[in-house]
Amino acid sequence: MGDSKERIILTEAVYYILLSLFEPLHGYGIMQNAQMLSHGRVNLAAGTLYGALNTLMEKGYINALNGETNSRKKEYVITTLGKDAVSQEVERLRELIKNGEEILRRNER
Amino acid sequence: MTITKYKVYFAWDYEKEEAWLNEMSNKGYQLVHVGIFKYVFEIDHSKRYIYRLELLDQLPSHPSSVDYMKFLEETGVECVSTILRWAYFRKEAGENGFELYSDIESRIKHYKRIQLLFIAVTPVNVMSIINMGNIYSRTHSLSALIATILVVIIVLMLATGLYRISMQIAKLSHDKLFRE
Repeated sequence: MGDSKERIILTEAVYYILLSLFEPLHGYGIMQNAQMLSHGRVNLAAGTLYGALNTLMEKGYINALNGETNSRKKEYVITTLGKDAVSQEVERLRELIKNGEEILRRNER
Repeated sequence: MTITKYKVYFAWDYEKEEAWLNEMSNKGYQLVHVGIFKYVFEIDHSKRYIYRLELLDQLPSHPSSVDYMKFLEETGVECVSTILRWAYFRKEAGENGFELYSDIESRIKHYKRIQLLFIAVTPVNVMSIINMGNIYSRTHSLSALIATILVVIIVLMLATGLYRISMQIAKLSHDKLFRE
């Protein structure tokens, strides 16, 4: 609470959603992109994706681009705040990998 | 050609209902409409669907549900039928399968929605037991007795459902301690 800078750990789904939105993309595109980036490992289910997109919009990490007509699929794009969250997460993951690899290497001998 | 089947499934058994609908789809019976205890199937052996049920946050006509269902549609998910707040979704079976949720948190949220539904109807039923019991104690009429017994059975079933859903939530919450 007291921290001026809140430390947020992103879920895998959120991480891949944010990575997918550096270019504007619609829901189905995000699902395909997450799958492609993870070589088929990450399958975002539509209900989970919908909930995550709404939460990310509330937090100001992404914006919805308002299509003028209803016929067009709604697209989303990452904000500066969202990009900050991604770079923070990359830093955190780097630390995790560094520690994991070090300990694994030490125990290999 | 269509065929109608009547079957009773309770809300807490919705996963069994899903399993049955998927089995039916395998046999070439594709669900196209749902009524109260009533299932209408279209006979089509050329297709195979995966069906999923969801208790929506709001009624299907509510803007938030409309928005949600439109989003699902854009990902290739079709809403076959709705009954009250329950929606029956389907997607053609492919290599990736079809799930509505891919994380534990969303599954917990869905179970909690069902749990809330049970909790909401419990007071009404308990009140009915008291009322029916009162009528019986005054009139000793057989119909009042039968009605009382029926409501007691319903409450017991609700309690069982509530217990099962609560166990599911507890299990998932425990899993969440070490995995996403």
